[in-house]
Amino acid sequence: MLGEQIIKGMAVTAKNFFGSYVSKERLTTVQYPEEHLAQKENTRQFPFLVYDGDDWEKGLRCVACQICEKECPPKCIYIVKSKDKKPDYKGQLQVYPATFDIDISVCMSCQICVEVCPFESIKMDTKFELSTADRFGGLLLTKDKLAKSNSYYQKMHPQDAADSDAVIAAEKAKAEAKAKAAAEAKVKAEAEAKAKATAAAATAPVGAPVPTSPPPAAK
Amino acid sequence: MFDTLDQIFVAALHWLVGFLPEGLRPFVSALICIAFVMSVFPGIFAITTVLERKILGRIQNRYGPNRVGIPFTKIRLCGFGQFIPDGIKSLTKEDIVPRAADKVVHFLAPVVMLIPVLLSYAVLPFGKNMTITDYDAGLLFFFAVGGAVEVSVFMAGWSSRNKYSLLGAMRAIAQMVSYEIPLILSAVTVVMVVGSLNLSEIVQHQNNYTFGIAHWHVFTPWGLVGFILFFIASLAESNRTPFDLPEAESEIIAGYFTEYSGFKFALFFLGEYLGMFAIIGLGITLFLGGWTSPVSFLTWIPSYVWFLSKLMAIVFVFIWIRGTLPRLRMDQLMNFAWKFMLPLALINILVAGIWHYMDADWPRWLVCAAIIFGAYAILGRGLMQNQNFGKRIYRYAE
Repeated sequence: MLGEQIIKGMAVTAKNFFGSYVSKERLTTVQYPEEHLAQKENTRQFPFLVYDGDDWEKGLRCVACQICEKECPPKCIYIVKSKDKKPDYKGQLQVYPATFDIDISVCMSCQICVEVCPFESIKMDTKFELSTADRFGGLLLTKDKLAKSNSYYQKMHPQDAADSDAVIAAEKAKAEAKAKAAAEAKVKAEAEAKAKATAAAATAPVGAPVPTSPPPAAK
Repeated sequence: MFDTLDQIFVAALHWLVGFLPEGLRPFVSALICIAFVMSVFPGIFAITTVLERKILGRIQNRYGPNRVGIPFTKIRLCGFGQFIPDGIKSLTKEDIVPRAADKVVHFLAPVVMLIPVLLSYAVLPFGKNMTITDYDAGLLFFFAVGGAVEVSVFMAGWSSRNKYSLLGAMRAIAQMVSYEIPLILSAVTVVMVVGSLNLSEIVQHQNNYTFGIAHWHVFTPWGLVGFILFFIASLAESNRTPFDLPEAESEIIAGYFTEYSGFKFALFFLGEYLGMFAIIGLGITLFLGGWTSPVSFLTWIPSYVWFLSKLMAIVFVFIWIRGTLPRLRMDQLMNFAWKFMLPLALINILVAGIWHYMDADWPRWLVCAAIIFGAYAILGRGLMQNQNFGKRIYRYAE
């Protein structure tokens, strides 16, 4: 009969109307500023600089090699090398960035800087609420705003942070092994030299000079 | 006590007017009544715009607007403050008039839309003794004034010199003229039974109780059909879904008010909603007992509260229908009006006559219900058979 389907349709909409007040699962909307969706493991927004330890100025991993600056497609990174040097995590003396700026109004979040960095020092952040009233200064992130601790990185991207920590640990171990080997070789060489010297000192008073190689036989 | 509460507005008006000299009284009393209509109904309009968005949202499992409350505070009022920024926005927007438009008519159209709509409130009984002009030909006046809305719609469409506007206006004229006939014919049954065109008398006729239940016209066979026909026709008259062809946004942008912006647009919007409230108010007066209570033990609730709650209930049903039904096609619209509603309205007039002349006993219920049900079934079948188009054939696509 005419009108049956209209009644059915009205029943469906009524069910949705009242159901949305009864069951929260029906409402898929996330009330954004108060509620947030959990971020995905692979979320990436803008780069930041990792530092180890507590002091960001001391622990910054970046050595101002400027590879990221050169590779950056939209050229949003600006680095000035320092004049002095300071020890890095291996204890090696390195230059550090006196200035490190990223203009996130230019950055296109391509992650190439992260790919090319040989020192595991630039990584991608997940912060996205970066709106500001200051068009220029507010979007130009300087070194102090970019520096974030390794623990923050571990919390944000556990898997990637573990990988990069492993790389650094390996590097460190290698360097230590090398240093140890060098030290051992040095000790050995020193001991040898010392033994030689003592031997020489012991033989010298006896008189016989150290025999040199015999002159080549004339043919 | 309850009587005082019921008559509080009437008493306040008399008290206020009492301070004035005799000659000024009717004039000032009319002004106060106009102020009442101009403040209450646009207020309901403002709330309805938010309510509509919220109900539609809930039907679609969304929240709807829930942010704006009282300005400069943290109080949100579930989003019911939304109409304030909306109103400010429409007041401050630039008023754009197309270069090729007929500027005078373009300017006049929203005004011509609003004035007849506001005039039609003059005869509606909002409560006991609360009719602004207790006019003997009230129903006739209402329909006569309501007819002027079509003129304004065509003025808007024609003067904009825009093909979408003109298409919308032409659709609106076709639709409103077609649906005005079943609208009036369904109201005629009430006039036949009551024997008066005075809306207050029509309400008074329904203000009797048997076994505690009111004698509303909707509780009779002819009244039920009359109410349903009136309801459908009033949906079409107020250009609401599924009869929103004149302003079908997916087809013709905004129909006849495509070229309107700023507060002129808001006036159209206001006129449309006020027209909707007026026609719902008339439907309530004719079939749902006006300001009377449905059951005798609730008669202590003030009459204007009953009127307003019935109004909001019907508005809710309007919104509910908007959330359910898709828009009709133009030929479906015309078929429905001329092949279903008009014959049924005519048969309903016949039934009302039978009801009037048969004895007030159960046989007249049976006879009237049988005639109406038979007519509904036959007309409905006829309407649905015409919709059988068979399998669609694509000549070029395959």
